[in-house]
Amino acid sequence: MVKLIIDSQSVEAEETWTVLEAARYYGIDIPTLCYYEGLSPTSSCRLCVVEVIRGGRSRLTASCSMPVQEGIEVRTNSERVRKARKVIIELLLASCPNSRTLQCLASKYGVTKIRFKPEDRGCILCGLCVRMCEEQMQAGAIGFVYRGVDREVAMPFHTRHEACRECGACQFICPVCEMPCQGPMQPGQLCNACLDAVQLEAFPSKD
Amino acid sequence: MAKIKSPAMLEEYRNEILRKRERYTRVISLCGGPGCHAQHCNEIYEAVKKAVEKNGSSESVMVRKTGCHGFCEMGPIAVIQPEGIFYCKISLEDVPEIVERTLEKGEAIERLLYSDPESEKAIIKESKVPFYAKQKRLLMSMNEHIDPGNIEDYLAQGGYRALVKALFEMEPLEIIDEVDKAGLRGRGGAGFPAASKWRACRKAIARDGIKYVLCNADEGDPGAYMDRSLLEGNPHLVLEGMLIGAYGIGATEGYIYVRHEYPLTVENLLIALDQAREVGLLGKNILGSGFDFDIKVSIGGGAFVCGESTALMASIEGRIGEPRVKHIHTAERGLFNRPTNLNNVETWANVPLIINQGAVKYRKIGTKTSTGTKIFSLVGSINNTGLVEVPMGMTLREIIFDIGGGVPKGRKFKAVQTGGPSGGCIPESLLDTPVDFDALYDVGSMMGSGGMIVMDETTCMVDIARYFVDFLCDESCGKCVPCREGLKQMLFILEDITQGRGSLDQLELLKELAEVMRDTSLCGLGQTAANPVLSTLHYFEEEYIEHIKKKKCRAGVCKPLISFSINAKKCTGCMACRKACPVGAIKGKKKEAHVIQPEKCEKCGICFEACKYGAVVRK
Ligand SMILES: Cc1cc2nc3c(=O)[nH]c(=O)nc-3n(C[C@H](O)[C@H](O)[C@H](O)COP(=O)(O)O)c2cc1C
Ligand code: SF4
Ligand code: SF4
Ligand code: FES
Repeated sequence: MVKLIIDSQSVEAEETWTVLEAARYYGIDIPTLCYYEGLSPTSSCRLCVVEVIRGGRSRLTASCSMPVQEGIEVRTNSERVRKARKVIIELLLASCPNSRTLQCLASKYGVTKIRFKPEDRGCILCGLCVRMCEEQMQAGAIGFVYRGVDREVAMPFHTRHEACRECGACQFICPVCEMPCQGPMQPGQLCNACLDAVQLEAFPSKD
Repeated sequence: MAKIKSPAMLEEYRNEILRKRERYTRVISLCGGPGCHAQHCNEIYEAVKKAVEKNGSSESVMVRKTGCHGFCEMGPIAVIQPEGIFYCKISLEDVPEIVERTLEKGEAIERLLYSDPESEKAIIKESKVPFYAKQKRLLMSMNEHIDPGNIEDYLAQGGYRALVKALFEMEPLEIIDEVDKAGLRGRGGAGFPAASKWRACRKAIARDGIKYVLCNADEGDPGAYMDRSLLEGNPHLVLEGMLIGAYGIGATEGYIYVRHEYPLTVENLLIALDQAREVGLLGKNILGSGFDFDIKVSIGGGAFVCGESTALMASIEGRIGEPRVKHIHTAERGLFNRPTNLNNVETWANVPLIINQGAVKYRKIGTKTSTGTKIFSLVGSINNTGLVEVPMGMTLREIIFDIGGGVPKGRKFKAVQTGGPSGGCIPESLLDTPVDFDALYDVGSMMGSGGMIVMDETTCMVDIARYFVDFLCDESCGKCVPCREGLKQMLFILEDITQGRGSLDQLELLKELAEVMRDTSLCGLGQTAANPVLSTLHYFEEEYIEHIKKKKCRAGVCKPLISFSINAKKCTGCMACRKACPVGAIKGKKKEAHVIQPEKCEKCGICFEACKYGAVVRK
């Protein structure tokens, strides 16, 4: 067992656990997007960042892949974490403005404005579908192509590949190909309809 | 050639090479580096060789094509030994005279010598040329004595002596201790102490006995070519460094990762590897020491992000060159999940030097925390473009003005960019900053791998920030959100500002975004991507504000913010501008004042350059 501190509580965790697993075991909420139990973590969305203090030095780290370590202190809801989370949600919303998952995250974590230029790409490049297809369905029919801002998910040479059995697992796991948010907003704007309700639930003490 | 099986045999071989060379009275080294290559040095080399053969002096004159000599501005370059005569900007027509007068008689041809820009006096010797005089060329100076395709040249320069010392006189841990004492820090960017990495990799347990040492020759910074010039011009120096490191670490296999845009580097490297293998400096039981080691070359696709350690390893493994999280260090699980140590080309090149002369002497050069020398590729608005190697601790001012000869065309210096896309722009007021890992970091830039871009008053600092962000938008791997989406939004904002649509709120947003990118990006690329923006915002904020509030670009770069017109009082009607304008936007009769039609004007500024009377006004 490893002893560590998460949000001022001293806790014990299995050596094989990640910080995210430990936090969830103790009922501490950390938002995630690209993480999915049973798939290998890639730590690409960075939504799960937490502040890790070790040897007096603090830094933000993705909790979904970081193994627990003896003696570290983890803060899942510090000022720095909240600020980073909000900007990440804001950035994601600019790339997928109608996603219900993202709209809900915005309300829950208090994102009330999008200051970035929206450009709907219909995909947040979390890579869940790619890993699902390869690791669980054993098909490997889709993958990432191109680099940088042009990155996208595709089949080889953009044609349907025989490796794809049309099982639909990719659609099942995708956090953004779903019914769009039914909120009252115009396209490209924030819904925030349930802002107060979920905010109260997420941060009862209203810090 | 039979394999060399002991240090004594190596010395014998070396002496034989030196004896063979005693017959040469003169050696001409023609630079074949990237700069001179572009100036047709190959043809000159062939012509010199032919001419020497023709007049029957090939027995007494050695003609050698080498790697980069550094002073690329003056290419094609030739150095003639033993006199040390330095010729620059030579052409095919000069060849007969060079052969007849210099190679035969040792005379210097005045018109081919470098003329000092201040005194206008011709300088004969390379070592007296101001560009070289202030440098400390511990690594680069060997280039001109070496034909990279001939291992004998390297041996003639005392090559592989450090390897012999390491293998036969030192314990592996002693090697690491020596490198530690020398204070060698990684030249690839972050300046991490090399010995700490080596020690961690030595300690790591290799389950199947295999450990790797890698050499990072990805060199993706725009304008940088020092790693290329070292590896291409003196490959054995890097191989020797890797051999010593591998012995210290206990590695048995090595890889050199080079981008495919460097075909000549790859070619020279493969030849060098073959020759080293042939004589027994690579392979099994090297020099009879019992140490086995070999090196492979891995050719990358030329992505900037593949310079990042984990992306580089993924690329060597044949996977997409994408970084991964490093909760387990690559020293323990790197390439093919085995313990791996990665160093930059220049870092490896320093190792033989440290072993040969010892840490104490090595440390004498440089500063307390940054020892030795650093090679920079000095480019941009500078008189003496080229590769310069200086002791750490030299100030930026000395490099730019004393070695680089300052800014050309009477323009005013504005800033110097170091550290490539991860670095920052340093203003004139901080020119006395020494080149030192920590000092550069403190002023908001970094050493980086050695790119040094000089900018003058015609460079717009907002546009420069936009340029680097644009570069990174393409060069980020796109895996993680803060880097990929953050860069994209940063580019939108900077485009707004350079096109006159910006607002002051956006400056705050830039800073907030920059902080989150630094804090949360997965790899070093995203973590440092905002540096060019932050440093220009810090030192040149007034330029940003001018763009936003006054819709003005003082450098005259941001086209939507500038306009051209002709001052009728000054215009003589010479028609030069009218003829020069590529889109026919200028109207006017001979000897009458001309007018620019704004609706047609493309704002290219050609008329501005063409007018001899200063009548074209740029606002
Ligand atoms: C985006 C990115 C690009 C990099 N590019 C290079 C490069 O082109 N050459 C290099 O030597 N190091 C590069 N590095 C640094 C390497 O990751 C690594 O730290 C270095 O090669 C280690 O060698 P050193 O300790 O000898 O410097 C890069 C790092 C990042 C994050
Ligand atoms: S398609 Fe969906 S699951 Fe796949 S990368 Fe895009 S957002 Fe993620
Ligand atoms: S920081 Fe940029 S380059 Fe690095 S992993 Fe993230 S997207 Fe890729
Ligand atoms: S959930 Fe951890 S980075 Fe995406």
